[in-house]
Amino acid sequence: MADYREIISAYKEVPGGIIEAYHAVQKEYSYIPEDAVVYAAQVFDIPEAKAYGVATFYSYLKVGPRGKNVIRICESAPCHIAGADKVVAALEKELGIKMGETTPDGKFTLEFAECVGQCQATPVITINSQPYGDVTADKIAAILTEYK
Amino acid sequence: MAEEMRIVLRNYGKVDPLNIDSYTQVGGYQALAKAKSMSQTDLIEEVKKSGLRGRGGAGFNTGMKWSFSYGVKADQKYVICNADEGEPGTYKDRIIMENDPQSVLEGMAICGYAIGANKGYIYCRGEYPYVVEILNKAIAQASEKGLLGDFNIEVRMGAGAYVCGEESALIESIEGHRGEPRFKPPFPPVIGLWGKPTIVNNVETFANIPAIVDKGADWYKGIGAAGYPGTKVMTLTGDIVNRTVIEVPTNTTIRQVLDDFGGGITGGKKFKAVQIGGTSGGFIPESLLDTPIDFDSMSAIGATLGSGAFFVMDETRDIVDVIDRISKFFAHESCGKCTPCREGTQRMHEMLHRVKNGGAVAGDLDYMERLGSVMSKACLCGLGQAAPAPVLTTLKHFRNDYTAKFN
Ligand SMILES: Cc1cc2nc3c(=O)[nH]c(=O)nc-3n(C[C@H](O)[C@H](O)[C@H](O)COP(=O)(O)O)c2cc1C
Ligand code: SF4
Ligand code: FES
Repeated sequence: MADYREIISAYKEVPGGIIEAYHAVQKEYSYIPEDAVVYAAQVFDIPEAKAYGVATFYSYLKVGPRGKNVIRICESAPCHIAGADKVVAALEKELGIKMGETTPDGKFTLEFAECVGQCQATPVITINSQPYGDVTADKIAAILTEYK
Repeated sequence: MAEEMRIVLRNYGKVDPLNIDSYTQVGGYQALAKAKSMSQTDLIEEVKKSGLRGRGGAGFNTGMKWSFSYGVKADQKYVICNADEGEPGTYKDRIIMENDPQSVLEGMAICGYAIGANKGYIYCRGEYPYVVEILNKAIAQASEKGLLGDFNIEVRMGAGAYVCGEESALIESIEGHRGEPRFKPPFPPVIGLWGKPTIVNNVETFANIPAIVDKGADWYKGIGAAGYPGTKVMTLTGDIVNRTVIEVPTNTTIRQVLDDFGGGITGGKKFKAVQIGGTSGGFIPESLLDTPIDFDSMSAIGATLGSGAFFVMDETRDIVDVIDRISKFFAHESCGKCTPCREGTQRMHEMLHRVKNGGAVAGDLDYMERLGSVMSKACLCGLGQAAPAPVLTTLKHFRNDYTAKFN
């Protein structure tokens, strides 16, 4: 795994590049380590509080550990009426964790999301940003085998 | 029977988005060349005359907006394509960018020439990393062939904040800050990105531009509703047979969209409501379905065209449950900068939750209306101003659904 210091430093000269740097770190780690936020503050020459404020403002970014595969379930109105709650229940059952939690082996994290822009096929989940549409409870197991 | 008319989606399925030659073969980049043969003021005048109004929701005349930036003297100006698309139910900009990225780049370059900017940004939502890849490839191909001239385009990724679609919040985000809206005026066309004149336009707006320059303002002006000419790309979701994307002239009615293109309600059920414009749009009952979709006709019935998303609900849907969910969205997405929105969205969500769970009394509905009307006036940005619209319009048209919840 590339060191977050290297990843962040590569954006040093990009005006306003801290968010791009966070994206790049998260792509590698699946989250932003706390130390990376502190480091970003140094690289971009801003107070730590501000670097932290930026990182936590955006829901797509996550400071602190999460699983290798991040599963997000859209709960916006179109997915909601299409049965997002049933998908949530199926995922929780299959993985043995609740929303917001990570499996003990560190492989999966379950999170809520607002609309991910795939509303032609509600309800929708994404796994590491890869969308899956028209998801039903009985499709879950098959989808997850790809990541196990 | 209403028919589709494809201007923005003119190349949908006809060009290979990853091969620029297929775009130039259908006449791509001729509009940019034509634009550059015109004076900047003639070009802006042509866009103004076409009557094109922004497709991102606010419906401001595009040529007029460009003229503000053109009129400011500055060492640097910017063009930003707003591809944040966070409005639930909306995915039209993704469809445009996935299928015809060059039309968006060409539209941006034309804008760059018109206002005197050599630098453009596409702010693409973080949930679309695959679209970012397509855009980057498209930009690389266009620059390699020298088609963009001295106009540079860079893609920046949003990171999951609905408010960043608001143009000044978007600018803050590109600058590397939390995406909190700025106080206006000044407006971005005068003081925008890094303090420089900046045009922010929607993806669909930019994709219209090459067609307008090619075929002229008079051609465009003749299509659809007089006050909001052209076409609108719409996305259909919810209890509708065809969950799909269509492009229709703006004088098409809501009913035509639902019946002719949507194929009616799923399972042979009856229609109950349609929310247009995404989650911040108003709810529309059966009695208003013969309204044309254009911006002004929609405003006249207290609704919005917004992003053009149709979210359809059949007779079995619990309106209060849907509104409760929507109010949670706004409470979650409020950036917190101003009090009426930060507090208002929370209180609104609490009250709706109470109604949904049978714990409310008649007076609560009046409180909700009062709070909603204060928010729509007192909030700093469009997020807080539009947040009560679903509540207010359902209280107006579907009040019985609320009172049915009282114990
Ligand atoms: C909360 C909020 C979210 C918005 N989201 C978007 C968006 O995702 N895309 C967009 O083009 N405009 C969005 N807008 C409207 C923009 O602020 C702006 O009006 C628009 O990008 C201007 O482009 P246009 O004139 O081409 O429509 C949003 C506005 C608000 C208040
Ligand atoms: S209205 Fe809401 S989103 Fe807009 S500035 Fe105020 S708190 Fe932020
Ligand atoms: S509403 Fe769920 S993906 Fe858009």
